[in-house]
Amino acid sequence: MRRETLKVLGPLALTLIAAACAPNATQDSLRPAGPYAEKAHDLFVPVFWVAAAIFFVVEGLLVFFVWKYRHRKGREGIPPQVHGNTRLEIAWTILPALILAGVAVPTVTTIFDLAREPEGDVLNVDVLGHQWWWEFAYPQEGIVTANELHIPTGRPVYLRLCAVGLGYQQQVAPSECQPGPPEGAVPASLGDSVIHSFWVPELAGTQDVIPGRTNTMVLQADDPGTYTGQCKEFCGLSHAFMKFTVVAHTPEDFDAWVAGQRAPAAMPPGGTPAAAGAEILAGQCIACHAINGLQDANGDPILGSNNGPDLTHFASRECFAGCMLETNDENLRRWLDDPPSVKAGSWMPDYNLTPEQIDQLVAYLNTLR
Amino acid sequence: MASVSVPAERPRGLLRRPTAITGLWSWFTTVDHKKIGILYGVTAFAFFIVGGTEALLIRLQLAQPDQNLISPGVYNELFTMHGITMVFLVVMPLSAAFFNFLIPLMIGARDVAFPRLNAFSYWAFLFGGIFIYSSWFLGGAPNGGWFGYAPNSVLDPTRGMTFYAIGLLITGIASTVSAINLAVTIINMRAPGMTLFRMPVFIWMGLVVQLLLAFSLPIITVGLVELLFDKRFGTHFFDPAAGGDPLLWQHLFWLFGHPEVYILILPAMGIVSEILPVFARKPLFGYQFVVFSGIAIGFIGFGVWAHHMFAVGLGPVANTAFGVSTMIIAVPTGVKIFNWLGTLWRGDIRFTTPMLFAVGFIAMFVIGGLSGVTHAVVPSDYQQTDTYYIVAHFHYVLFGGAIFGLFGGTYYWWPKVFGRMLDERWGKVQFWTMLVGFNLAFGPMHVLGLQGMPRRIQSYPESLGLTFWNLVSTIGAFVIALSVLLFIVSAVRSFRRPREMSADPWDARTLEWATSSPPPVHNFDEIPVVHALDEVWHRKYAETEGGRVVPVPAGGSGEGGRGAGAHAIHLPGPSYYPLVASLGLPIVGYGLIFGWWLVAVGLVVMVGGLYGWVLEPSAE
Repeated sequence: MRRETLKVLGPLALTLIAAACAPNATQDSLRPAGPYAEKAHDLFVPVFWVAAAIFFVVEGLLVFFVWKYRHRKGREGIPPQVHGNTRLEIAWTILPALILAGVAVPTVTTIFDLAREPEGDVLNVDVLGHQWWWEFAYPQEGIVTANELHIPTGRPVYLRLCAVGLGYQQQVAPSECQPGPPEGAVPASLGDSVIHSFWVPELAGTQDVIPGRTNTMVLQADDPGTYTGQCKEFCGLSHAFMKFTVVAHTPEDFDAWVAGQRAPAAMPPGGTPAAAGAEILAGQCIACHAINGLQDANGDPILGSNNGPDLTHFASRECFAGCMLETNDENLRRWLDDPPSVKAGSWMPDYNLTPEQIDQLVAYLNTLR
Repeated sequence: MASVSVPAERPRGLLRRPTAITGLWSWFTTVDHKKIGILYGVTAFAFFIVGGTEALLIRLQLAQPDQNLISPGVYNELFTMHGITMVFLVVMPLSAAFFNFLIPLMIGARDVAFPRLNAFSYWAFLFGGIFIYSSWFLGGAPNGGWFGYAPNSVLDPTRGMTFYAIGLLITGIASTVSAINLAVTIINMRAPGMTLFRMPVFIWMGLVVQLLLAFSLPIITVGLVELLFDKRFGTHFFDPAAGGDPLLWQHLFWLFGHPEVYILILPAMGIVSEILPVFARKPLFGYQFVVFSGIAIGFIGFGVWAHHMFAVGLGPVANTAFGVSTMIIAVPTGVKIFNWLGTLWRGDIRFTTPMLFAVGFIAMFVIGGLSGVTHAVVPSDYQQTDTYYIVAHFHYVLFGGAIFGLFGGTYYWWPKVFGRMLDERWGKVQFWTMLVGFNLAFGPMHVLGLQGMPRRIQSYPESLGLTFWNLVSTIGAFVIALSVLLFIVSAVRSFRRPREMSADPWDARTLEWATSSPPPVHNFDEIPVVHALDEVWHRKYAETEGGRVVPVPAGGSGEGGRGAGAHAIHLPGPSYYPLVASLGLPIVGYGLIFGWWLVAVGLVVMVGGLYGWVLEPSAE
C-alpha cells in the first residue's frame, strides 16, 4: 500500500512545489501584492498548514492501519469484534470542533475587517461590468476608461461595482453606480445585464457584480506594476475573454495619467486618413461609443453613447475587446473587419467596412492617445 | 396482487396486464425492484460514458493555451451538460440503483412499498434524461452552467436553458416519487426484528438521502418553474429592472444545491460503511456515531447553502454565519472518517477490489473534505471561489468520494446482482489506473485555481503560466477513461464466467446475503427474522465468553432451514402503466417549448396512463 501513499501525497506536494516556483503566472492568488490580498493570503497559509497536518495524520493512520492489519497468510480466526469506544469517539468529535473553532476566530475578524469602508485618502472608482468588458469611471476625477484600471500605489481604492447592459434611452440604472462621462451621454442601463465577478487576485479577493445591486470592495497595490484580472462568474458566450488589467502608478505618475485622460481628443487635420476615420466613426460608431473632443464640421461636439467603451484615449490602452486583444494595428484590423468572428457573441456587429475604411479608422484610433 | 404461481385472470383494463417476468419485454413492464435497480444502473452508466466523453472534450480544449478546438458556444454547452449529466443523470440514479436493488433485500422485504410507482420513477428519470439530451438536436443544449444563474440563463437567446428547466423538473418528479417510495419502504417494510438500530448503515444513509430529496427538491422546483416562466411566459422573477432579483435564483438553487451534495455523497458513505466491516472482518466502529453523524450532516446540510455565495455581497454577518455553519458540518464528517479508521484498526484486512475502492474513497475524500474547510474560511474563499481550486475540491468529493464509493459497491454487490464475480485482477488494475488518473486529472487543478484560473473559461492565455498543469490534467482524464474502459471489458467478461458462486462469496454481514445470488424474484423464501445488527454474520459466527469468535455449525443458528416455497408468495404483477404515464411528461415538456397542442397530447397520455394504472386489475 506504499504506492498509495505516494499517490495520495502527490497532489499536495505538487501544490507546494508549484506554489513556490510559479514562474510567470501573473494572476496568482499566492503572490499578494497589496494589503487586502495579503489579508486573505495570511489566513489561507496557516489554514493550509493546519489542513496539511490533519491530512498527514489521517492519511498516515490510514496507510499504517491497512499495512499493519493486512491479512497475512497463515493467520486463522477472526479478529475481536470491537464495536466502538464511546470515549474515543467523543474525543474525535470534540477535537475537530476545537480546531475549527480556532480557525473560525481569525476568519470572522478578517471578514469584518475586509468589509469595512476605507477611511482617509481614498480613490473612488465605479466598476461597470458589461458583456464582455469592464468600464472604469472615476467620479471625482471626471474620467472614464475601459479594460484598464489605473490606480496610485499605497492608496486604498474603493470600488463600487455594478452590472450594466446595452443602454436604452428610457431606462436609467436604478443602481447607485454613476455611468461614466461624457456629459449628456445616454446613461448605461440595467437593460439585459448579467452577473459578473471582479477579480484581480494579486490585489484583492473576488466581488460579484450583480444587476440591481451595488457591491463594494477595496483593493490596494504596494508597488507600481501591472496586475491582471478577469471576470470569474460565468456571464455568457465570451466569459473567458472578459479580462482587464490593473496598472498601479506612483502617486505622481497617477496624477499625470489623470491629467492626460482629462484632455479631450484633438480632431485630426482635414484630408488625412485619420480625418476620414473620424468621419466614419462620427457616422456609425457613436451609436455605442463616445469620444470626448469629436466634433462635426461646425465644430460642435458629437455626443456618443456609453454602450461600448469610451474611445477618447483608446490608443493609450495596452489592450482592447475585454483585454482579449493587444492594441496594435493588426489586431485592430482583424477586429474591425468582423468583431463577432474574433470574439464570440460580441455586441459590436460586423459593419462590412471596406479595407480602406478600416485603414482610416485605424489611423484615427491611433491618434487617440 | 398477482401471484407467481397463479396465472392472471382475464383483465378488465385497457391493456391486458402483462405477465412475463423474463425476456426483453419484461424489462419494460417490470415492477420488480431488482430489475428496476439494474435498469437504473445501466442507464446511469450509459450517461456516465456520455458525461465522461464531454469531460474529455473539455480537457482536450484546455490541454494547451489559446486553443480553439471547440468554440466558446459549444464549450459552454459541454461544461453545462457535463455537470447536469454527472449530478442528475449519473451519481443520483447510480445511488438510486443501489437503493432500489438493495433496500428491500437488506431490510428483508419482498419489494418496495409502491412497486409500480418505482417503475414510474425510473421511466420518468430516463425520459427526463433523454429530454435534456434531445436539446442537442433541437436548437442547442443548455449552456448556462449546471447552476443556471439568472439573469444569464433567462437572457440567453437559445432554448437550451428551457430544456434545462423542464428536463430537471421531470427528473425532479422522478426523484421525489422515488424518495417517498423508498422512505416509506424503509420505515414500514422492515423484517420482523429489524429495529431502526439494527438497520445497516447503508439503509440509514438511504433514509437520510430520501428525506433530503423530499425536502430539497421542492425548493429547486420553485426555482425551475420561475425560470421556465421567465423564459417562456415573460415573467420577471429574476429581472431587477422589473422588481425581480437575480439572487432569488441563487438562494433557491443552493438551498437545494447544498443538500444535493449530501444526496450525492451519503450513499457512497453508506456503501463504504458496508464494505469496510466485511473485509476488515470487524463490525463498523461506533455504528451509532456513524448513523448520527449521517443524520447530523443531513440536517446541517440545509444550513450552509450561502457558502456558495460568499462573493455575492450578502454582508459580513451572513458570511460569518454561513462560514461557521460550514465549519460545523466538517465535524460529523470527520467523525465518520475516524470511525472508518477505527473499523480498520486491529482488523484482518483482505484487499479485494471493493475494499481497495473503499479505502481509496477514504483517502480521496479526506483531501476533498480538507479543501472544503479552506472554503469555509471566507476571506480565503474570496480568492478561491469560481476557480479551478473549487473544481478540484468537488471532484475530490464527488469523484474521489461518490464515484469511488459507487465503484466499490459495484464490485461488492456484482455477485449478488448477477451471480457472477467480476475478475479480481482486472478490478485491481482498474482501481490503480483510476486512482492514478484521478489524481493526475484533479490534483493539479488545486494549483491551477490558486494560480488564477477561473472556472468555465473556454481558453486561457499562455502568459498566465497555466499550461503545464492543464496538460497533466488532460492526460489524467484520459487515464481515467482507460480505467472506465477496463471496467466495461471486465463487466462483459464476467458474463462469460460460470455461475459458480456461493450465495455469500465475501463472508458478508448483512441480510441481502442470506438469500441466493442472484436473488429469486420474491427475494426470500421466508421473510427472515432479525435478531441483531449484522444479522447474517451472527448466523455464521458466535463469540465465546473470552471474546474469541468461532463459526456456528451449519444449521445451528436456530434460524431453521430455508422454506420450501411451496406456498404461494404474493408479488405485484408487471404493468405497462408506469411507462405510459411517465411518457406523458416529456411530451408535455416538448409542448411547453414547441406548441400547446403537444401539451394536450402529453396530458392525455399521462392521465390515460394514470387512469389505466388506477383501474388495473390486481389479477388475483
